[in-house]
Amino acid sequence: MANSAILKSSLAKKYWMALTGLFLCLFLIGHLIGNLQLLSTEKYEAAMRFNQYALFMTSNPAVKALSYVTYLSILFHAIDGIWLTVQNRKARPIGYVKNNRSANTTWASRNMALLGSLVLIFIVSHMATFWGRMHYDANMPLYKVELSAMGQKQSFYRTTTQQFIPVDQVAPSLEEAHKTGKGKYIKNRTELYDANAQIKIAELYKDLYKITVDFFKQPTYGLLYVILYVISMAVLAFHLSHGFASSFQSMGWSHPKYSPFIDKFGLVFSIVTCLLFAIIPVYVYFVL
Amino acid sequence: MATKFININLKVWRQKDAKAKGQMETYKLDKVSTDSSFLEMLDQLNEQLINERKEPIAFDHDCREGICGACSLYINGRAHGPDRFITTCQLHMRSFKDGETIFIEPWRSKAFPVIKDLVVDRSSFDRIQQAGGFVSVNTSGNTIDANATPINKADADRSFEAAACIGCGACVASCKNGSAMLFVGAKVSQYALLPQGKIEAHDRVLNMVRQMDEEGFGNCTNTGACEIECPKGISLENIARMNREYLTASMS
Repeated sequence: MANSAILKSSLAKKYWMALTGLFLCLFLIGHLIGNLQLLSTEKYEAAMRFNQYALFMTSNPAVKALSYVTYLSILFHAIDGIWLTVQNRKARPIGYVKNNRSANTTWASRNMALLGSLVLIFIVSHMATFWGRMHYDANMPLYKVELSAMGQKQSFYRTTTQQFIPVDQVAPSLEEAHKTGKGKYIKNRTELYDANAQIKIAELYKDLYKITVDFFKQPTYGLLYVILYVISMAVLAFHLSHGFASSFQSMGWSHPKYSPFIDKFGLVFSIVTCLLFAIIPVYVYFVL
Repeated sequence: MATKFININLKVWRQKDAKAKGQMETYKLDKVSTDSSFLEMLDQLNEQLINERKEPIAFDHDCREGICGACSLYINGRAHGPDRFITTCQLHMRSFKDGETIFIEPWRSKAFPVIKDLVVDRSSFDRIQQAGGFVSVNTSGNTIDANATPINKADADRSFEAAACIGCGACVASCKNGSAMLFVGAKVSQYALLPQGKIEAHDRVLNMVRQMDEEGFGNCTNTGACEIECPKGISLENIARMNREYLTASMS
């Protein structure tokens, strides 16, 4: 960095804003592909695929590394955005009495800080509801399937190696297993152990599917959560409708031949991505 | 179109000097020819004020043909008023209706402090220009004819388009962030596109951006207001080019 500070100059702040923003767009695509598994209509298929996705997202080392980049990007994008907004306010201490902003700018482009703040509030509450429970909730339910065997319904744990373990053969802890004489027990929340040999025999899925479906199907607040989710996605769509193409301009990736395409693609990307996200809770609440 | 005369109401920012607080004052002006320019209308108002033994309104103007960049004015919420690709001197009263109330305010920016009424100090632009908006030419008897250096026609045209910037400050005035990036982008591009400007390209962009930041201009958020309000139609591409130039310059 010859004469410039990597963080301090006005342009450097724009580069960071653009790069973190574009990375978060990539993250959105990955997240969306996972969420779309919830739309599978075959019995057990949606739950199975969604829980597999949840396990993959929390255990794969490459994904883990990427997830830290994502957390940092969100933090940096938010802090940098607030910093830029404060500086920009200071650049005009006295405002205009009459200002016709709609004559030369879109509403979204003028309100990126507001839209971004709303998205941040959504992210925090969204992570508290799903991410937080997936990672830290000791009472996170494990994935079970109800199967009918010889006219009788029975619950099974489905292991990551696609074995079916009857729930009534599994104790919640080693002591319980000894007390009740059950052959298997659960350790470290998801590991299935053999009670006699005390060795790990299988890995179980956390049931993020159940958490998700139950959350949106709550009798009192379910509909409210669906509505808030859909509104948040609309906010995100507006944020991206300006942000996507804007990040290319900030990085200097502008060309008379390609920029019109990037502008259109950004618009389509923001609408399609957010629409697909928004459809899922609506489907869960009204169809499932 | 036949000449018409209209009566208008004006709300004008009046401020005694740089330190005074300032406020909007209301004036009534009758029989304004629709053929007169906006500045001629202000001349007419000032004559009326002088006849009433009142202090005339101070406003910037010079060439009155759209090339000097002296005239400013935020008219009805837009830099240089309604219509595109014009300065205030090129704005005519036919753009306004009879009985209309017209708001006139100075450019608003921390880096453009008000000196008096509608006049602002735009010397921050001069300091940015001095920080790097030039090419060094050998004048010790070895001066090379500029036309002796072959330049790609497309580059020459884009450089010329950037050089069309008259430094009026409409970009800063209309930007919600008070950012000067269209101005600096144009000044950087004008030289960056030419072989003569390549030699000092890195230092130029670093120094001009540093000076821009020091002057207290805001940061660009790509709303595009500047491009629409620019009387010379300077393209946002110039900001992108400055961003590219700065990125390569700061990495080398």
